[in-house]
Formats: sequence, structure tokens, C-alpha cells
Amino acid sequence: MFRNVTELVQLAESKGIKIAEVMIQQEMEVKEKSREEVLSQMDKNLEVMEKAIEKGLAGVHSFSGLTGGDAVLLQKYIEKGQFLSGEIILDAVSKAVATNEVNAAMGTICATPTAGSAGVVPGTLFAVKNKLNPSREQMIEFLFTAGAFGFVVANNASISGAAGGCQAEVGSASGMAAAAIVEMAGGTPKQSAEAMAITLKNMLGLVCDPVAGLVEVPCVKRNAMGASNAMIAADMALAGITSRIPCDEVIDAMYKIGQNMPTALKETALGGLAATPTGKKLQEKIFGISVK
Amino acid sequence: MKFKSVFDIIGPVMIGPSSSHTAGAARIGKVARSLFGREPKWISISFYGSFAKTYKGHGTDVAIIGGILDFDTFDERIKSSLGIAHQSGIQITFHEEDAVTDHPNTARVKIGDDQGDLELVGVSIGGGKIEITELNGFELKLSGNHPAILIAHNDKFGAIAAVANLLAKHQINIGHMEVSRKEKGKLALMTIEVDQNIDDSVLNDISILPNILQVTKIVD
Repeated sequence: MFRNVTELVQLAESKGIKIAEVMIQQEMEVKEKSREEVLSQMDKNLEVMEKAIEKGLAGVHSFSGLTGGDAVLLQKYIEKGQFLSGEIILDAVSKAVATNEVNAAMGTICATPTAGSAGVVPGTLFAVKNKLNPSREQMIEFLFTAGAFGFVVANNASISGAAGGCQAEVGSASGMAAAAIVEMAGGTPKQSAEAMAITLKNMLGLVCDPVAGLVEVPCVKRNAMGASNAMIAADMALAGITSRIPCDEVIDAMYKIGQNMPTALKETALGGLAATPTGKKLQEKIFGISVK
Repeated sequence: MKFKSVFDIIGPVMIGPSSSHTAGAARIGKVARSLFGREPKWISISFYGSFAKTYKGHGTDVAIIGGILDFDTFDERIKSSLGIAHQSGIQITFHEEDAVTDHPNTARVKIGDDQGDLELVGVSIGGGKIEITELNGFELKLSGNHPAILIAHNDKFGAIAAVANLLAKHQINIGHMEVSRKEKGKLALMTIEVDQNIDDSVLNDISILPNILQVTKIVD
């Protein structure tokens, strides 16, 4: 069983296999399941992700009314062709937003690694799909690669906003996505690790400050940012850029920053955006209670 | 290592909006239901830390009740669990606690009916994964991810060996085992996580061993 990114990359390199394959083999061993069983379970998760994106792109709204409809706006904007950044990036962002809007509306999603950060991995996957034309099996592998990096973060740091802030949720998701994009695009295991490190470095210190405690504001838009960050970091790693701080040390830094982060900024809705005048007003409006 | 499977990371499939506050809460509720073995008549939930501050926004309340009604994390009925429970005549109370707990996402669940009650403490550690840290006053560590047997027994020599021998006879491998007691020589609790679901006949065999008081199981 790999305990960190260094071991994960070494395992892939020494066997001459993809990171996805390392994760698949470990899962088969740990759960005593056949390859088919493990792949088919992931295929079901992929199906849930695809349906959530479809649902979000068709337009959903949360019960609170705080979020919904932004994925639709973005898709319409892309169709006009006047965008400034890039079509794949905006497509990834719209699909990440779509997924999280469905989540906020209490729809069915697949946590990757959490529900609040569930948009980043599927958003990027279904955007790069149009460029790289992967097979269904390669799309399933994308999720195993993302899962392998998330596995390391979960065991060595945290993937919970309440324990580590948003850097642990959207930060982890973004790093996982970057690493998986690199592998799908034909990058090496080492380059996947670089992409994860570059992404996570840009997410360090990000707090979890949901308005009214709802997984809506700013969560939906942080998924947008997480998806674009993953795309850029993947391109940087594929260009041959490396992180001066090794991936495992970045993960460790994230963990320690999370420990030092005040409770008010870890999913308690007591600080940050939740504590702004507008954030408090929204909370009062939604729950009909006064907020100190 | 707390997380052992890739499906702890890519998964679970669930009703939104929060893996820790919604899916994790549903799983804590489901473990309570599984241990109690039937639908309770009353439910009392205490929320701590982030759970206490944000449970309304995250649907933690509907999720934990949904779990106690035996719904899975992906069951659409979770959304209307409070109404469903109300229709079944189940009394529900929620308490927001100020006490600081080891983990920010902690819930104390008390459920019961005319024949008995159960109290457990569940912690949602992220990504929908949970741990049960206390059951009826006993400290323990139970993931709820594997089938498990919980055995209340007298704190006497040979009780643990007898159970282990019996499982070995049935070729059942023990993945994780813990023993906890409130006081020396009094009531104790064995928590045994295994790799496969256990036949009721095995539970019966365990229950008639000397010093064994009660046997319950959690299915995968």
C-alpha cells in the first residue's frame, strides 16, 4: 500500500504502469475484488457524475435560492464564442459549477473527494474529454488516478473542510484533477505529481466560510476556480515545469496550515464570507433568525 | 491509515449538499438503526461543533433521521425524512451543544422504544466516512464500512478467547478487534470487524457462549 506520493510515483515507474493501474491493483487487493468488479463500481460513479452535469446544465436552483443557473449562463456565453480565456477551461468551469449546483439543490452527486468539492474532478474530466477523445475505460482510469492522489491527501492530511478548510476540499479536488488530466494527456507519473503540487500550492490557506453554513456560497464558485486551476497546473506540468517543493511536502504544509486555521474559518459559518454584513443578512433571511 | 479504499475518495454517491454533514450524518444514523435493529419510537440528537452550527444548512438533521429510517446516502427519501418520521409517529428532538469535542463534526444519537434504547456517538471525519466512538457508554472505534459484530459480555477470562475460537471454527477472519469495559470485572464490549457478512446462526452460537450477554451485528 502506498503511503505518499513519492511511493505512488515509484510504484508506477518501477512497474512501468499508470498511476490509475497502481490504484486499481491496490483496490483489488484491499477489497479482495476482481478487476471487473472494481472497474464497474467506478463506472457507476462516472455515470452519476455525467447525469449530475447534464442536470446542472439544464438548470437547477437550490432551496435557499442562493445558487443555481450559473452553469447555464456560462454555456450560453461559450456558445457566443466571444470568451477571453479558453473554451476547454470555460467548459470545465461550467461543468464543475453544474455539478455543484445540483449538489446544493440536494440532487444526487458523487463525492470527489467531498460533496462540496464534487464539481472539480468531473468538470475537468468531461471538458478534456472533448479534446482528448478518451475511451470509457480511460475515463474510468481518470477517476482512479484522481482517487490515488486524494487517497494520499486523505491519509496524510485531510479532505474535510471542518478539519482543514477549503484547501482540504477544493484544494485536494483540484490537485487530484490536475494529476488525472496530466495522465490522460499522456504525461508521466512524475508529471502528475508535479501538477498536483503546483495546484495545491495555489490553494494553500483557503478557508471554509460558507454563508449560512450552506454548501453554496462561495462553494459553487470555488469549484469553478478549482477546475480552472487544475487545467492550468496540468498544462504547466505537461510543459515540463516542476514544483520546487515536492508534492508530499506541499500536502504536509496544507495539513499544518489546516491545524493552525481558526475554527471560525473551518466550516462553522462564523467567519470569512459568512460573517460579512451581506453573509449575515442572507443567513437571517434564509433561517429567519437573527445572527450575532 | 484511516482511508483504505479509493471509493472513500471517489464516492460515495449521495444526496447533496455535504459529504461530511449530509452523507456522513446519514451513515451515523444508519449504524444506530442497524445496531438497534428496528425502527425506534423516539429519537434525540445532540449536535456538536460544526454540526451544531450548520446542521440546518447542510441538511444534517434530515440526513441523520434518514439514516435512522434505514435510508442509504443516495436515497432520495432523505430529503423528506422528517415528514416520513412524523407520519410514523416517531418523536424527534434536536439539541445544539456548546461543548468542545475532539472532532468538529460530532453527533450523539439516542434512540429507543418501549423495549429498550441505544446511545452512540458518531464522528464524520470527511468525505462521507464516519467513526463510531462511543456505544452505550463504551468507548470504541468502529468505521461502519465493514460488517461488524458487537458483543456485550461479562469482563471474565475466557470470554474473548471463546468468541475468537468460534469465529475461527467458522473460518471467519477478524479484521479489527477492540475490547472496552467501564469497570474491571463488570460489563464489557467486544467490537469485531470482519471481512464478510455473518450468518445469524453464528451469532446464535456466540450468544449461548458463557458470559455473553448480547450480540448485535452491522451488515456491510
